[in-house]
Amino acid sequence: MEAKEMIKVNQLNKSFGELHVLKNIDMTVYESDVVCLIGSSGSGKSTLLRCLNFLERKDSGSIIIEGKEVDPSNDDLNKIREKVGMVFQHFNLFPHKTVLENIIEAPVMVKGVDKKVATSKAKELLEKVGLEDKADVFPNKLSGGQKQRVAIARALAMEPDIMLFDEPTSALDPELVGEVLTTMKELANEGMTMVVVTHEMGFAREVADWIVYMNDGEIIERGDPEQFFEHPKEERTQEFLKTTMLK
Amino acid sequence: MPSFSHFFEVLIDTKDVFLKAMLLTLELTVVSILIGIVIGLFFALMKISKIKVLELISDVYVFLVRGTPLIVQIFILYFGLSGIFLIPDFWAASLALALHNGAYISEILRGTIQGVDKGQMEAGRSLGMTKVLTLRRIILPQAFRRALPPLGNQFIIGLKDSSLAAFISMNELFNVATTLGSNNFDEMTYLLIVAVYYLVLVALLTFIVNRLEKKLAISDR
Repeated sequence: MEAKEMIKVNQLNKSFGELHVLKNIDMTVYESDVVCLIGSSGSGKSTLLRCLNFLERKDSGSIIIEGKEVDPSNDDLNKIREKVGMVFQHFNLFPHKTVLENIIEAPVMVKGVDKKVATSKAKELLEKVGLEDKADVFPNKLSGGQKQRVAIARALAMEPDIMLFDEPTSALDPELVGEVLTTMKELANEGMTMVVVTHEMGFAREVADWIVYMNDGEIIERGDPEQFFEHPKEERTQEFLKTTMLK
Repeated sequence: MPSFSHFFEVLIDTKDVFLKAMLLTLELTVVSILIGIVIGLFFALMKISKIKVLELISDVYVFLVRGTPLIVQIFILYFGLSGIFLIPDFWAASLALALHNGAYISEILRGTIQGVDKGQMEAGRSLGMTKVLTLRRIILPQAFRRALPPLGNQFIIGLKDSSLAAFISMNELFNVATTLGSNNFDEMTYLLIVAVYYLVLVALLTFIVNRLEKKLAISDR
């Protein structure tokens, strides 16, 4: 059986003013794939991710989500975003709401899920990310790692088919990175389709099905972790790996 | 200077008149602040709408209101418009105060709305929430919390500005004080008394705003 195409990007271009940040990007993500986007800062990987749930608008090219080409000016982007969860570098939890309220906000307000149902679902999700005791706490009482796990639970509460992660561990103290990566690993093992912008090479190597290396707005090389890390074909990839692995 | 005993004597003797006047001052203040918040929010949202026409309307409004004295605005509503339609004195004063405070409140709210991290809007949108829903549920509650200290300040100004209603013959605190003062050839005593009433009202307002601030104490990211 052929795997379902969850995301298909064709000839995507995006500029910020004079700066051409995405150049003719082609990419396909199949169901249950974990794709790690790597590259130095400014390479366009975050912009590409943000285009996938239309927080950034493409200039040209097409983005097909679950078989349907999305036209940002006509389609209901909110409906599409319900299916595409996103986790941010800076968590972006709602500070005036408790952990539980953060998680049930969208299911209740957007999908009209009964509050009781949403609450019990939220508690399950909190248990899953190991924070069942934090339901009634406000975000400012949480560590960075805990905040990010709540953010993951919040995105999962909408029951998305795809999860996007934008440098989910970059704002964390080193000792807190592990707990977030563990949560993401579990998610990957459950078969979630994930696109992850990351600098965590260990995670990419262990969890990713595909690595996509970007530089200067272009996809330079893609491959499975084994081939990518052991036998990179492109010179720029080799250079990049040499410098990152030294760190 | 009046003696202390004289001051307290008059204070007690006139309490019924002054309490009645205080009630009117309070009504003017509360009504104008409530309407002022609605107006302020309305123009703040227009200002941040990124729709040129609405931004312009908001700018013009703030310019006109901030650029002219409140007493002129009250007189325009009460006397100026009387040839076209009569606005009852209470509503002329309340509306003028509301329009006036609204301009300042819109500037306060615009600042605090724009001060909310843009990641909050993105988080809301990424969960499938519409812009309006995210604004209402996520951005505005945070903006209002941050706006509370300057809003409290504006409420105090509004309370004291309500004294200008005296000039369209409303029997609020200031009018009662000056009338009684000149009738009794004892201006100082009555002015000191009305000052005490204003101080009590401001203290009360400050207390309420502080309580609200504590209750809604915001946690940062």
